[in-house]
Amino acid sequence: MNYLQEILVISTALFFIGIYGLLTRRNIIAILMSVELMLNSVNINFVAFNKYLYPNSLDGIFFSIFIITIAAAEVALAIAIVINLYRNHDSVDIDSTTLLKY
Amino acid sequence: MDTSKIIFYLLGGFILGMALLAVTEKKIFRSAIWLLFALIGIAGLYFWMALEFIAAVQIIVYVGGIVVLIIFSVFLTHQAEDDMPKTGLSRKIAAGLAVISGAAFTIHLFLNNDFNLSAIPFDSDVARIGTAMLETGTGGYLLPFEAVSMLLLAAMVGCIVIAIRPEKSEMNDSENPPSFSNPPTRNPEPVEGILN
Repeated sequence: MNYLQEILVISTALFFIGIYGLLTRRNIIAILMSVELMLNSVNINFVAFNKYLYPNSLDGIFFSIFIITIAAAEVALAIAIVINLYRNHDSVDIDSTTLLKY
Repeated sequence: MDTSKIIFYLLGGFILGMALLAVTEKKIFRSAIWLLFALIGIAGLYFWMALEFIAAVQIIVYVGGIVVLIIFSVFLTHQAEDDMPKTGLSRKIAAGLAVISGAAFTIHLFLNNDFNLSAIPFDSDVARIGTAMLETGTGGYLLPFEAVSMLLLAAMVGCIVIAIRPEKSEMNDSENPPSFSNPPTRNPEPVEGILN
C-alpha cells in the first residue's frame, strides 16, 4: 500500500462511520454531525488525489475549499431550521416531525 | 518504519476513534465534543500532508465555526445531560452490516486499483493558491469564488429570515398563535413582520 491508498482507507472508514451515524441517530443535530463527518472524508479524498496524482494542478484543493465554505452555509441554515422546528414542535427528534407526511 | 509513518497511523487512529465516539455517544453535547476532536485530527492529517492552508481553513471554519454553531444549537434545544432517543438493536445491527459491507467493497475496489503516483513533489505554496483563486483564465477559480460569496450572503439572509421569532403583536393578532402545545401553524406573511 502506498500513502494514497492508506489515506483512502482512512477517508472511506470515516465516510462509512458517518453513514452509520446517519442510519442510527434519531436526533436532527446528531444527523447533521454525521453529515459533517462524511463531508470531511470527501475533502480528504480531494486533497489526497490532488497531492499524489496531479501535483501540477490545484483543482482538488479548490474543491475542498469550496466544500468547506458550502458546509458552513449548510450548517448555518440547518441550525436556523432546527431552532424554528424546536419552537414549533418542542423537539428535534425526527420521529416527531411528521408535518409533511399526510 | 519511519517517524512519518508512525505519526500517520496515530493520526488515522485518532480520527477514526473520535469519529466512532461521535456517532455512538449517548449524550449529544459529548458527541459534539468528540466531533470537535475528530475535526482537529483531520486538520492534523492536512498538516501531515504539508497542506498548511487547507489545515488552517479546516481549523478556522470547521473547529472554530461549525462545531461552535452546533454546540450553540445543542444548548438552545436540549438539556445537555439528557440522553438522546435510543435506537433499536436490530436497526443498529442492520446499519452496522450495511456499513461494513459497503466499506469492505469500497476498500477492495481501490486496493486493487493501480494509481499512477506522480513523482513530482506537490507545491502547496499559499501564493500559488491565492493567484489561482483570483485568476480568470485556465485553471482560475474567480467565478466559483464570486458565486460562493453570493451563496454565503444568501445563506446568511436566509438564516435570519427562518430563525427570527415572530413579533409579539403579530402572535396576538393571529388566531392560532404558535405555541408549544398547539399544532404548528404557518405564519402567513413572515417577511412583513420582519420589515416592520
